[in-house]
Amino acid sequence: MKTIIYLFIGIFFGITLYMSEVSSWFRIYEMFQFNSFHMYGVIGSAVFFGAIFTFLIKKLKIKSVFDQTLISLTDKEKGWKRYLIGGIIFGCGWAISGACPGPMFSLLGAGFMPIVVVIASATLGTFFYGLIRSKLPH
Amino acid sequence: MLEFLTQPWPWYFGGAMIAIVLFLLLWTGKTFGMSSNLRTLCSMMGAGKKASFFQFDWKAQGWNLVVSLGVVIGGFIASNFIASTNAVAISTETVDQLVALGFEDAGKSFAPKLLFSNNAFSDPYVMLLLILGGFLVGFGARYAGGCTSGHAISGLTNFQLPSFIAVIGFFIGGLFVNHFIIPFLF
Repeated sequence: MKTIIYLFIGIFFGITLYMSEVSSWFRIYEMFQFNSFHMYGVIGSAVFFGAIFTFLIKKLKIKSVFDQTLISLTDKEKGWKRYLIGGIIFGCGWAISGACPGPMFSLLGAGFMPIVVVIASATLGTFFYGLIRSKLPH
Repeated sequence: MLEFLTQPWPWYFGGAMIAIVLFLLLWTGKTFGMSSNLRTLCSMMGAGKKASFFQFDWKAQGWNLVVSLGVVIGGFIASNFIASTNAVAISTETVDQLVALGFEDAGKSFAPKLLFSNNAFSDPYVMLLLILGGFLVGFGARYAGGCTSGHAISGLTNFQLPSFIAVIGFFIGGLFVNHFIIPFLF
């Protein structure tokens, strides 16, 4: 039952990523060129509505739908090095592949088969991070 | 209404739907973050034998793999049964720039044929670009502890300073490559 619910949330997300054109390489290129408000609007309104939802969850002490425990949002670890350096590396890849991890899966479903190569190398990149993690500044 | 849904969605509608996805995942006791799935995939394939970073109970992350499977199905449904057009409504300025770079289908197709048609498989240079782009996304996302969903959406909605720093990083890297590297790549 729970599995079906997560599958439907994913389907809904995949449709959204395609229909709002977030999965399109062209939109990512355009975003970095500042030629359109579209991507900033999508991310900005997602953060705006998401912040309201997050505020309400905390304020109204909304409980988890499955086990009735209080929904707790964990804070990210403090620091800045990993976020800045990792973020810059991520951004470099984002500008080339035009796809971040969510849109990659939606493009796969839409039938753009070369995205398989991007997903595989992103998995490899993740593996490489795990290998050299202790040598990196965090 | 039906026409509204089959046309490319306006930014405010797309953004609101992403916020609903975030809410549904929080409400079911989970978090919104897609790049964690890549770590889970590594663990599933036995990466725990090589690095302790992958030694965790990956089965507990099964729900997120199911979400990403759903995203694949969602992409299939949207492109085949919902979208009334494959064209992406990018600005004419962007179209002109991209055509000059060699992207002849800019503004006409959903993703550039140069990179994402099956011809890409027989072009070693394009393969190299896709491998490089993907590798940096996967490495950077894990190093930064999240991607666009984990930091830009989940983190910013919860007013997390680290996520704000990560998003600034995304744009430093993206702007640099877009403006100074892409013109040399194509």
